[in-house]
Amino acid sequence: MVDSVTATKGTAGPTPATNRIGLTLADYKGSPSTLCDGCGHDAITSQIIKAFFELGVEPHMVAKLSGIGCSSKTPAYFLNRAHGFNSTHGRMPSIATGVGMANSQLIQIGVSGDGDSASIGMGQLVHILRRNIPMVYVVENNGVYGLTKGQFSATADLGSKLKSGVMNDLPPIDLCGLAVELGCAFVARSFAGDPKQLVSLLKAAISHKGTAFLDVISPCVTFNNHDGSTKSYKYAKEAETPLHEIGYVPFFEQIAVDYEPGSVTEVKMHDGSHVFLKKLHGDYDPTDRLNAHTTIFKANQDKQFLTGLLYIDEKKPDFTSQLNLTDQPLALLKEDSLRPPKEALDEIMQSLM
Amino acid sequence: MKTLAAESASKQGTGRIVNDFSIQVGTVNGSGSQSSNNVLMRSIFQMGIPVSGKNLFPSNIAGLPTWFTIRVSKDGYIARKREIDILVAMNPQTAHDDVKSLQPGAVCISPAEMKLDLVRSDVKHYQVPFGDLAARATDQIKLRKLLTNMIYVGVVGQLLEIDQAEIETAIRKQFEGKVKVIDLNLNAVKIGRDWAKESLKKEDPYYVEKMDKTAGKIIIDGNAAAAIGCMFAGASVVTWYPITPSSSLCETLIDYLKQYRIDKKTGKASFAVIQAEDELAAVGMALGAGWAGARSMTSTSGPGISLMAEFVGYGYFTEIPTVIFDIQRVGPSTGMPTRTSQADLLPAYFLSHGDTKHITLLPGSVEECYEMAGAAFDLADRFQTPVFVLSDLDLGMNNWMADQFTYPEKPFDRGKVLTAEQIEKIGKFERYRDVDGDGICYRTLPGTNHPLAAYFTRGSGHNEKAGYTERPEDYLNLMDRLNKKFDTARSYVPKPAVDRNPTAKIGIVAFGSSHFAVEESRDQLRDEEKVATSYLRLRALPFSDELRKFVETHDRVYVVEQNRDAQLRDLIRLEMPDLAMKLMSVKHYNGLPIDARFVTDAILEQERKA
Repeated sequence: MVDSVTATKGTAGPTPATNRIGLTLADYKGSPSTLCDGCGHDAITSQIIKAFFELGVEPHMVAKLSGIGCSSKTPAYFLNRAHGFNSTHGRMPSIATGVGMANSQLIQIGVSGDGDSASIGMGQLVHILRRNIPMVYVVENNGVYGLTKGQFSATADLGSKLKSGVMNDLPPIDLCGLAVELGCAFVARSFAGDPKQLVSLLKAAISHKGTAFLDVISPCVTFNNHDGSTKSYKYAKEAETPLHEIGYVPFFEQIAVDYEPGSVTEVKMHDGSHVFLKKLHGDYDPTDRLNAHTTIFKANQDKQFLTGLLYIDEKKPDFTSQLNLTDQPLALLKEDSLRPPKEALDEIMQSLM
Repeated sequence: MKTLAAESASKQGTGRIVNDFSIQVGTVNGSGSQSSNNVLMRSIFQMGIPVSGKNLFPSNIAGLPTWFTIRVSKDGYIARKREIDILVAMNPQTAHDDVKSLQPGAVCISPAEMKLDLVRSDVKHYQVPFGDLAARATDQIKLRKLLTNMIYVGVVGQLLEIDQAEIETAIRKQFEGKVKVIDLNLNAVKIGRDWAKESLKKEDPYYVEKMDKTAGKIIIDGNAAAAIGCMFAGASVVTWYPITPSSSLCETLIDYLKQYRIDKKTGKASFAVIQAEDELAAVGMALGAGWAGARSMTSTSGPGISLMAEFVGYGYFTEIPTVIFDIQRVGPSTGMPTRTSQADLLPAYFLSHGDTKHITLLPGSVEECYEMAGAAFDLADRFQTPVFVLSDLDLGMNNWMADQFTYPEKPFDRGKVLTAEQIEKIGKFERYRDVDGDGICYRTLPGTNHPLAAYFTRGSGHNEKAGYTERPEDYLNLMDRLNKKFDTARSYVPKPAVDRNPTAKIGIVAFGSSHFAVEESRDQLRDEEKVATSYLRLRALPFSDELRKFVETHDRVYVVEQNRDAQLRDLIRLEMPDLAMKLMSVKHYNGLPIDARFVTDAILEQERKA
């Protein structure tokens, strides 16, 4: 038995200078971050860069989107060679939906925050999850409105305190619980301070076809990192309870995992990659939706901070596939396939006479 | 008092009024009268006589009053006519009011048991035992209500002398392929017709006679016309949220797309349609798709554009093409969803906060709903901006007679989009640099395989390289360039249609569905009052030079529009303050389509004071 299921070729050992398409890590970087030093979001950005680099994704085939808020600034800080779309507050999902219809070959990653997704953008979040639009949807969740200087968001825990001592007396919205409820086929929770887990989850999310939803607790060092906050580094580090240890083997690498039968759950991803979930405490079957519900609910009740792949269903059809679109992206179709011939108009006119 | 009918009859000297009257059918919505009214209208159309139909319906599914008006006009007038000549009063809730609103000498066809002759004795009543006749048409009680509608078609057909063969053809078309239904309806019409032949003595002047004025014409509503235009313009991502009176545009488009834009061999679709969760999402999806390079569109009405406001400003500021149809209804707020209006002109033109303005097309006929749908996509791509097409309920949902649409000759204009090869050749790419001096920059699409191709789209301040900026000079540079682009658009948008009468001292300016009432009013002014007028029909915003010239060369210009605040008149005043005093206003805003008599009266009243 190996110590960790991540002990596979490529993900263990030093990161090579170039990836499988010959690009360096620098080719996946963005502009320098303007967020506060130590911001959880920057930690997530680093893992996004790493995930795309290690997977060898063509950066120009990525579309990076966001809404409004500190988190939504971050697409400027990764993948400079990808088109970016910093949209309006809470409306990134509709942009992603349109982009996905226009060009289903693009890999979309959307970065949002708890204000952007759980309040102003709740309607659009709900509907993108319901539709299952192919994209990676990351919520950088810090329980607070950073860019407007520290108001509570809708994911702030009951009883958590602002710096000023004001206590939150409204219950939080659990975005993962909501995602499972809405039939999202990839639901994960992670922590900006757990890069190893996060990068594996991000890679798995990129391999997933459909909406992959990641709720990542990402402490706000300026407004929500004090005692009494349940979204601080200290609190999250102490409270984090991983469901499993996650390993990811991309489709282009040999699986060389050695594990004791029964100790690891293996999930084959749509693109041929594999996710390995090594049990930590007790059995957790991430393909059991009802169990995912119960687990999330129970964790909230017990004030437990559970992380890992909460739910996955690789068989659920995504929205784009259901539309049976032309092989060439709609955006690239030319007049000959977009304008029906004159006979079509003649036929329509005849029917109206 | 001389009645209109009598006046018109005496003019002809025969006592007959032929092919020049209006029929109004008052029913209850959800009663299935729409098919009968279509049959009636279509059979007259098939006889070669110009017709138009207007459905005045409630915002409700069943049980509230609805009126369908058919205007028969040998002269080809298709605007609403205020006076009703023949009333078919089928709705007990409104029958009394309906009959009271008639002019003396008009005709009233009604169920005998309503005893409407007791309400008005100065109209010609034809009282019909609809209940008995319906019982003869079917023994199924459920069907009787529906067939009653066809019985009045028979009665009206007999009284007006509509060819029975044409009615039969119209029924076959209406219920295409449903043999049983066709037989049942044909029989009901015949029962009505036979009864009228035996029991009614014709005592009114109204007749139809065959003409040859509809050969090659079509009957269509503006929303269907726009849908056809969108399909041939290559719309590939269509997003929408249901709202009256816009829904039928996308619904019709979906039908046509399924028929003509799915590859017969592979079964693959060259389009995606999404019913969004709301209008915010609908326009967001359209912008996302436009940004990625698709021909995207959405369709909505007043409340929808209010919700879209933020995103439309985003589209303007970040320069993303998309097409937005606004099928106007009465506002403010929920307003009257099933009544018509032109009160979104300024809200659409200036939609969103900050300094924003949008290319806005103003179709004035169903033909233009079709043509401007195509033009809108080209303009959106050329100018990389959201383009509005402003139709309205009257144009969009009512049936209009029109010439057949012509197949688009012009290839798509996809605007300034750089490929990887072009970037390689040029050696650089800056998203917001005005390279050509027309205010329009080059863009790239996501997925373009070149290290310089990507850029970052943001609704915040951005410089020519699309980088974040708060520098005053960058902001000025951007805003002034957007203005320059807008000025470039003035010579690209559809030009106004001008009919200049060299002897005319007064001019009329109108747009959209006011057109047909204005045309008819000009004839009234000329024939009845010897007042000559020139006419400029505005077909788009921003204004072009023609409008200024038109106003300059007339003493007074009446701006005819269907809103309370004289929105177009004020917009012209805003852009041409030196001509402000010449601009007069004719405003019709009670929710009903504007009619010629209203325009004529309003102009004459102001002319007397001038």
